[in-house]
Amino acid sequence: MEKKRKNSIFTKLSDTNMLLLITIVVFFAMYIGAVVFLGGGFKKPQTLFNILNANAALIITACGMSIVMITGGIDISVGGVVALVSMCCAVHLDFGNGSVPTSILIAVGIGIAFGVVQGFLVAYLEIQPFIVSLAGMFFARGMTTIVHTAPFNVAHEGFNKLKQTRINVPGMGSLNKKGIYVPAYIEIGVVVALLVIIIFFIVLRWTKLGRSFYAVGGNQQSALMLGINVKRTRFLSHLICSILAGIGGYVYFLHVGSGSASHAVGLEMNAIASSIIGGTMLTGGVGNVIGTLFGVLSLSTIQNIVSSAGLDQAWWTGITIAAMLCIFLLIQSIVMAQKKRALRSDS
Amino acid sequence: MNKNSGSLVKRLVGHQLFIPILAIILLAVVNLINDPGFFRITVGTNNAGNTVLSGYLITILDFGSELAILALGMTLVTAAAGGQDISVGATIAITGSAMLRILCGGVARPEKIAAPIIVAFLFGCVVGMLCGAFNGALVAIFKIQPMIATLILFTAGRSIAAWINNNELPIVPDPRFAYFGGFIPGIPIPTTVFIAAACIVIMLLVLKFTNLGLYTQAVGINENSARLNGINPTKIKFLAFVILGLCVAVAALIKVSRLSTINYSVIAKDIEMDAILAVALGGNALSGGRFNIMASILGAYVIQFLTTTLYKFNVSSDALAAYKAVVVILLVVFSAPIVREKIGKFGRRRASAREARG
Repeated sequence: MEKKRKNSIFTKLSDTNMLLLITIVVFFAMYIGAVVFLGGGFKKPQTLFNILNANAALIITACGMSIVMITGGIDISVGGVVALVSMCCAVHLDFGNGSVPTSILIAVGIGIAFGVVQGFLVAYLEIQPFIVSLAGMFFARGMTTIVHTAPFNVAHEGFNKLKQTRINVPGMGSLNKKGIYVPAYIEIGVVVALLVIIIFFIVLRWTKLGRSFYAVGGNQQSALMLGINVKRTRFLSHLICSILAGIGGYVYFLHVGSGSASHAVGLEMNAIASSIIGGTMLTGGVGNVIGTLFGVLSLSTIQNIVSSAGLDQAWWTGITIAAMLCIFLLIQSIVMAQKKRALRSDS
Repeated sequence: MNKNSGSLVKRLVGHQLFIPILAIILLAVVNLINDPGFFRITVGTNNAGNTVLSGYLITILDFGSELAILALGMTLVTAAAGGQDISVGATIAITGSAMLRILCGGVARPEKIAAPIIVAFLFGCVVGMLCGAFNGALVAIFKIQPMIATLILFTAGRSIAAWINNNELPIVPDPRFAYFGGFIPGIPIPTTVFIAAACIVIMLLVLKFTNLGLYTQAVGINENSARLNGINPTKIKFLAFVILGLCVAVAALIKVSRLSTINYSVIAKDIEMDAILAVALGGNALSGGRFNIMASILGAYVIQFLTTTLYKFNVSSDALAAYKAVVVILLVVFSAPIVREKIGKFGRRRASAREARG
């Protein structure tokens, strides 16, 4: 009897919810642990908002990455697209007499262009997504240096006004050393990132397109038999991912305010890692953008913990992120094996 | 007769070596038109006063060596696990750093080497195989997709490499250490060519005289039926990663020896991408199964040929990636089964049209 109940808990929770739950619990445990043991900066709400400000672009790109991974693909060109977008927009604003709206159009346009080409190659010519987006990454990185070689800060007035816009969060501020009240703030990028998360949470949960992403990722053959247009679904997943990379690129650009070929190096790996920590599985069919949000937060919280714990040598960040990724992968692997066993003994 | 010509086109286009050989011919023609001097090999003296061969072809053979060695292991991993190891660049940094640590004994500017080169190399092999075993355990035992499992070392590798040598950049004082990535006095051919040739021969012998190749293909094609036939898929996958680890150690020796020092963030940067491309260019399915090791080796040299050609055209090393990407996309599109089928069909249709006319 006892055993039976335990099994039903395992089987009742869907894969998505199970992995999502683990991530959220770990994130809160980590953050509360940081507040209790390290105190200091972590007590201020602004620390959390700073994490959001610095990682808004990562949240957006990781959201797109999750959608591609749910559909069973992968897109490692997002980091390159982000760098290309910020360089093109910077050049457009400073040398091309551009305006903010046209630069946003350029960002989205670059995203669409990458999405259409990569999506077509992956979905209709059935080339491995890894290889296609690998070439996409090479292309984007190379193009960035061809567009402009030297890194530079943008001097455009309208853009800098937008960059410095801060949205104050009421009631979350704190007193600084001189005892003056400093309001807590978020940047525009965070609003965009949260909107993206909400929109794609709704799309993935309640629309036909969203459900077909899961169906195609779970099993392409069965999806085909259900009458889902598998090729179009895969095409759209890559298109959405690249558009989100374009938008994420603009948000990144808005945060750093400069164009450089070395921007966003390794961003694609952070996006993949966040998605995995958030419970998205590379095999496809399992995942959730809320989990991805918490994945990004966990990843950057542990970075902050490592640096404020005094391990400030550069190598510790890389090693801790890798260790965290390793632990989450093992948890996923064990949970899935347990679930499989529970299902088997149930039936 | 006409029917035969149609199927000949199809057979030719369908052959595994079609794409790499076509690429070599194309590159050779482009270079021939641009500058016939590309193929000239001259005898000169290098900085150390040795008589050496020089020329673009020698450069391709020399700098393609690491890639060819990595392609050997990468092909096995791809075939067995159906995924790629993206950590090879980072593990080259780890093993290279470990070798330097042994050679210099933890001192940044030693007067003489602290241990014989062979000891350092063997230690590097052990470290490389340990890295491979870590990846292999995650993939084979914990059933994590290879690309994601190796993402761990990809993220941590360069940090670990910096940590091994305490972020110092030790310089090996012994000139003999530079032989592996350069020239041995008296021999005009780069040593790397011999190392690569030795690795290739050993691998071919292993594949010829053991069941490794057959078992790897069996596991890659269908893991379950391989198990039912008494093959242990876990062991085969694990072994493939360990062999790749060994290849990484050899490549690391060459890489470190070229400079007699190491730069953690730059050494073997993006080499994982080149190694994967070499396997893909060779026409091996990236989803695992059947493989052809000679095709991968050819693929590796094609990539180096392409890189050298682009440098010849004064493409800066930063912009190189964009041109490479275009070429890679073209090659991959033409090697895609759907496109090949279309080309084959096109050839057949022309043949039958000719038949109808005649």
